Amino acid sequence: MRWRAFGVLVWMALLAAAALVVARAQYTADLSAFLPTRPSPAQRELVDELRDGVASRLILISIFGGDGASRVQLSKDLATRLRSDPAFVFVGNGEEAMSARDRQFIYLHRYQLSAKITPDRFTVTGLRSAIAESIDSLASPVGLLSRDLLVTDPTGETLQVLDQLLPSTGPRRQDGVWVSRDGNDTLLMVQTRTTGSDTDGQEQAIGIIRAEFERLRHASAPASSAGLQMTGPGVFAVQARASIKREAIRFSVLSSLLIATLLAIAYRSVRTLLLGFLPVASGALAGTAAVALCFGVVHGVTLGFGVTLIGESVDYSIYLLIQARRTPAAAASDAWIRTLWPTVRLGLLTSVCGFASLLPSGFPGLAQLGVYSIAGLIAAAGVTRYVLPNLLSDAWVARTVSGLGTSLAHAIDSMRRYRRLLWIVPLIAAATVFAHRDSLWDHELASLSPIPAADQRLDARLRDSLGAPDVRDLIVISAPDLQSALRTAELIDTRLESLVSAGELAGFDSPAHYLPSLELQGARRGALPAADDLRNRLRSAVATLPIRAVRLEPFVEAVARARASTPVERADLNGTSLAAAVDALLVQRDGHAVALLPLRAPSTGPHAFAIDSAQVSGALGEAPPGVSITVFDLKRESNALYADYLSDAIRLSLLGLGAIVLLLLITLKSISRVVRVVAPLILSVLVVTALLVGSGHPMIILHLVGLLLIVAVGSNYALFFDRRTVETDAADRTTMLASLAIANLATVLGFGVLSFSSVPVLEALGTTVAPGAFAALLFSALMAGRGASPPRAP
Amino acid sequence: MSHGGPIPTWTHVCTMMVSCLVACCLAVPGAGAAEDDALDQLMARMSQRSHGHVTFTERHIASVLDRPVEASGELFYDAPDRLEKRTLKPQPERLVLEHGMLTVERHQREYQLALADYPLAAPYIDSIRAILAGDRRALEHAFHIAFSDSGRQWTLVLSPVNAQVATEIANIQIVGTNDVIRTVTVRLASGDQSIMTLGSPEP
Repeated sequence: MRWRAFGVLVWMALLAAAALVVARAQYTADLSAFLPTRPSPAQRELVDELRDGVASRLILISIFGGDGASRVQLSKDLATRLRSDPAFVFVGNGEEAMSARDRQFIYLHRYQLSAKITPDRFTVTGLRSAIAESIDSLASPVGLLSRDLLVTDPTGETLQVLDQLLPSTGPRRQDGVWVSRDGNDTLLMVQTRTTGSDTDGQEQAIGIIRAEFERLRHASAPASSAGLQMTGPGVFAVQARASIKREAIRFSVLSSLLIATLLAIAYRSVRTLLLGFLPVASGALAGTAAVALCFGVVHGVTLGFGVTLIGESVDYSIYLLIQARRTPAAAASDAWIRTLWPTVRLGLLTSVCGFASLLPSGFPGLAQLGVYSIAGLIAAAGVTRYVLPNLLSDAWVARTVSGLGTSLAHAIDSMRRYRRLLWIVPLIAAATVFAHRDSLWDHELASLSPIPAADQRLDARLRDSLGAPDVRDLIVISAPDLQSALRTAELIDTRLESLVSAGELAGFDSPAHYLPSLELQGARRGALPAADDLRNRLRSAVATLPIRAVRLEPFVEAVARARASTPVERADLNGTSLAAAVDALLVQRDGHAVALLPLRAPSTGPHAFAIDSAQVSGALGEAPPGVSITVFDLKRESNALYADYLSDAIRLSLLGLGAIVLLLLITLKSISRVVRVVAPLILSVLVVTALLVGSGHPMIILHLVGLLLIVAVGSNYALFFDRRTVETDAADRTTMLASLAIANLATVLGFGVLSFSSVPVLEALGTTVAPGAFAALLFSALMAGRGASPPRAP
Repeated sequence: MSHGGPIPTWTHVCTMMVSCLVACCLAVPGAGAAEDDALDQLMARMSQRSHGHVTFTERHIASVLDRPVEASGELFYDAPDRLEKRTLKPQPERLVLEHGMLTVERHQREYQLALADYPLAAPYIDSIRAILAGDRRALEHAFHIAFSDSGRQWTLVLSPVNAQVATEIANIQIVGTNDVIRTVTVRLASGDQSIMTLGSPEP
């Protein structure tokens, strides 16, 4: 008895410790669950980019409804408010792309920034053609505007730099602000200061945008009917976390209620009902704590998975509370522990074998599910075995469920007469699976996204209207320091330009356009002639032009100033919009520098909307020593990554199945018994797969987890039926049948409600496990050995 | 560096566009304008045009230059508010004014500017609308209008009402004989000017 009290004390202490860990754990819902934990160096850049890169920090905003004028006004007012908020590093809405300060900066540093500055530019011929072009452009209204520039910048370097920096085609604009293609919404694009993987930071930023918009909307009557929509990786992460949390809570409550109702009917005792949920609660707590301890961060997917464990871990207590039907309680539970616990334990071990196959997965989401399930199931079974019997008072009496058991026994016996027909089932299922063998699996990472299709469409529409911001293709330069990263960017600049001329690319962006390397700036400074030299050359250069050299004295002075100036450095950009641009494209990470060059796909030609990464990669040539240049197609890379996980997970699951068979062989010591236990499970998996793919639902990685769960839950049923071959007691049999039926119903209810979830991950589990668990029970009952037939009346 | 940068106020551009539009709309065969209410007739005729197409040559006279610079090309107008100036020489360039946006195409690149971003340009946008609507009053809201007819040729002079605009643009002078516009001259306050000579209107 003292030993028993000790068990309860240990359990309470562990529970308290687990609760502490769970309370202090960090929860996230970003992409990290889908990114590799042990990336290759190339994948590393991809992961960093997806987690923290420019693209991850983008929020696209659409203002719709109201009248056109108020949408324009809201766009301008919202942009003004957000620009003054430190949470945002960039706010674009199509208004004047460059501030007066930007233009002043470009004008002052034109000789450091202009790509045209070479010694050739300052020869007599070079000067003549550049000045002639500037004079020619005076004939146009645009040239008329640069009239004042002619004497200080006759070679047109300021306009050249503007040409380098301004994207040639932007989103469509009306009345000065970006609008969607149909003109029905005004659009904004903001970049947050926090990274996309900082879900809390993103939530705050989104909250600020929403609050500012609401304030502006209520400030004027015509604007009050306008609405706001947002998309972007951060927005999606926040939404995903909220919807997983909401649905996890909603479905936990719903399935708990359904299972509680079922058990209330079965037990007809509130106390027994509460006791029955102790293993469930302990399992969920232990699972979450184990994940928090192993991974540091608990992912939303894992949390959602907590719901699903209710359906399985409740089984253990059902077995105990229904099967231990002798009185007094202590004797009953002792008898249960002696006779039935070994079967439950073996079922538990097979489940653990199945889920252990997820642990080595490089997919953190799967590994977390593995840890969660193993810890949760062991805790639930352990509490059932070591704690629950001690909490049963002596007055406790299991209600008889023999009525249910007897009718089930009759039903099964009558069905068993037709069990030869069972052979048809695997044949049909196998044929269906075979017919869909090419579309069994959904290889798109997007299939895991908890974002509703409507939101994904909105995102695609906004990205399409806003032009280039869907950073899909980019070149990543990784170098030991900033200057060598910039030098490499400059090195490949000309090669990329030739791809642009060839129509392979529509364009590209580079940090070196905003901040040339010190080396290049030095070369440009070296190309500037001394004042007297320049005066002499100018005299010859303008001899045939309608301008006299003396008029250009301000130009000579400007060049002299540029020769004496210090190079432009990052700090000089502060206060201009160029600073944000450079920071987005040039990052320092753990002791090395990374330059990002986003590529824009052409909209026509053989590579319309699809850049050929291999071709771009080939055109770039050799990287300088110590520097790596990688061309990424983010969408393709992440899909490839997911496909890797999927095949990895399938391979590991098959290994897990092998381990289960091995475990059963060792324990049951009989091949025919192992076949009888494993066959119903494999048959259930086959039938569920056929149902899924036959109804046009390619499977995602979570369906695979569902199949593992079928094996985990079903192994209990199969083992109970197997165990019964050595029993002949009819009363035992009916009780066992009743307990399995109730456990099965609990599982089907628990998972069944998940089928209605809008989170694909949860829905996949529900649609797999609910029918699978039922099939497993049915097949186990029908395929049980000959000895299972009831003792015939003499 | 005046006007805060290499892209000064777009008032200039708008002025150019107004003069182009006037040129385009007025280059229409019709009854000769006479007397003061001839202006009303001109305005009325402008509002009737749904399409216009005319060639032009332009001479820019700038104080920094010893000789004028010449440009030539075509003007197009389509009802209700699309205006295009296509320069062919010396450098190809295309300017399109539509939906309050000015699109400039040069050197295989395209730039878009919102007229709404330039408050000083507002009266010019209004005046373009006024010309298109044949609304003389609205035109007079942006410009002081002087009209004279010597019999052989008539002259319409538009001077900006806005004082700030007037510091940059002195006036726009339109000269025609009978039913055909001959020249549109934009005089800047600095003394620089551009003289646009129009060819015969095409159908």
